Amino acid sequence: MIPTVPRSRFSIWCYRAYVITFFVYLALPLTVVCIFAFNNSVFPSLPWEGFTLAWFFGTEAPFIGVFNERSIMRAIGTSAFVAVWVAGLAVAVGTCNAFLFVRHEFRGKSLLYMLMLLPLIIPGVILGISILVFSSAVANTLEDATGLWFDGLRPGLILVILGQFSFIATFATLVISARLQKFDPSLEEAALNLGASQWGAIRQITLPFLFPAIIASAIVSVLMSFENFNTTLMLVGSESPLTITMFDKLKQGSTPVLNAVSLLLIIVSAAIGLISLLFQNAKR
Amino acid sequence: MSSDASRLGFYLLIAPLLLWLVVLILLPHIGLFAVSISEKTGVREYEIGFGNYAAFFTEPLYWRTFARTAIMSILATVLTLLLGFPIAYYIAKLTRGRTKTTLFLMCMIPFWVSELVRTYGWMILLRETGVFSNALQYIGLTTGPIEFLYNDAAIMVGLVYTSILFMVVPLVTTLDSLDDSLIEAGYDLGGTSFSVMREIVIPHAMPGIVSGCIVVFMLSLGNYLTPILLGGKDSLWFTGMIYTQFITRFNWELGSAFGFLLLALSSLVVFVGLKLSRQSLTETMGR
Repeated sequence: MIPTVPRSRFSIWCYRAYVITFFVYLALPLTVVCIFAFNNSVFPSLPWEGFTLAWFFGTEAPFIGVFNERSIMRAIGTSAFVAVWVAGLAVAVGTCNAFLFVRHEFRGKSLLYMLMLLPLIIPGVILGISILVFSSAVANTLEDATGLWFDGLRPGLILVILGQFSFIATFATLVISARLQKFDPSLEEAALNLGASQWGAIRQITLPFLFPAIIASAIVSVLMSFENFNTTLMLVGSESPLTITMFDKLKQGSTPVLNAVSLLLIIVSAAIGLISLLFQNAKR
Repeated sequence: MSSDASRLGFYLLIAPLLLWLVVLILLPHIGLFAVSISEKTGVREYEIGFGNYAAFFTEPLYWRTFARTAIMSILATVLTLLLGFPIAYYIAKLTRGRTKTTLFLMCMIPFWVSELVRTYGWMILLRETGVFSNALQYIGLTTGPIEFLYNDAAIMVGLVYTSILFMVVPLVTTLDSLDDSLIEAGYDLGGTSFSVMREIVIPHAMPGIVSGCIVVFMLSLGNYLTPILLGGKDSLWFTGMIYTQFITRFNWELGSAFGFLLLALSSLVVFVGLKLSRQSLTETMGR
């Protein structure tokens, strides 16, 4: 079934109808989430009570908008804090890994490469509990031995950052390695011939070449960190990131405030996603 | 001198990788296994034994939930493949240029949005006071509200929705690399649509099918949000049980055993999938 092979009109239309239905299925949940953010009712459901922006800017109960709902704003701040750390760590480690795997030959390289891919096939919940169990064991041992407190190893933001980093680093490594593989080493050799030091050549020639991939992987890391739920759920302490806060609110019963946050999330993540695609296209 | 410097550079490069893999991946999983084979005998006293695994096999609720999660995940994977393949084929073979990019983007956008938001959307659509129920009442098909939420079908809809992109993307990539002239040749030699599909398209798309299925199965197995939010009170999911043991019951030993069993199942499926298709993890995942 390709354009050059003739088909009956009926089957072509059936196929198109299926594709259209599929895209409606894809768009439907997000569309309703967005629409009900503007419903002037305390429940995110029909009937439609009229258009309102109260769920964004409202100040009077029960219509307290997102921008005035302190718990949500604080959660957004927490998420941003975590995301920046995760992206920074993932990009730094990912760049080192890319140089290691593309430029160096050593014993056990294929084994290490396989280990590096493992976080992709470990369910997020398992990553979370394994880090939780391990860090608690370390904290218990240290506390027994020294008599000091090691709160950083108890559920909290540090563990959330480490837990998210543990699998996002793989994505950063793959994106940056792919770009480094396309790099022509003779450019770096030319710089060395012209008297640059090894580090100078990397800094002035190779890193600028890698820049689009570094930015793209940083953006993807931020996005993945912001949206991660499974790993975060197991490691979260008293300060919870946005997805966890929203989940708790959702369990208590939803109000259109959640729709308003979701709408903001949809807009921001679509924009960020498109930007990362632009960067990835720029590297070709 | 220069070889010393490059040695140093090599160690500096390998240090973060080893630190990451050993401290955050290997040791925690060894620790998880160690906790799973320890049994509590008193306050802060443990001994080694397989009691937690025995508890899993003797308590029907546990292993039934495990089996249920596995079967539902397989079903979700098959459904995702069946629903996603025509879409991937359409995008890869029947569209060109800008239409192709647009359709591909439209597939991707929902997946940049948090899973929580997507699931929330399905809750608004399916619940008793939701959009579908109201729409059916409006056109007069039913007289009273209908609850579509809190059953296994709702979980299935959510699981397929959550993971379909991870099926469509690898399929589009492999189908794109199939030369149209091979399909034409198949028809020229008297093949029917069905035989061309079976003899040419599907064998060529096999790597994409396998990697898509592996990822979708894993995502479904490890999913927490969709079964908890869309499923009913008695539709248990294994990740939910792990959460309960860890956070609510504070029985880390049993929770660790559950976690290890889930990990074993997902690793087994990945391994069998790769063996069946004669591919390696490096080729499939390290795209």
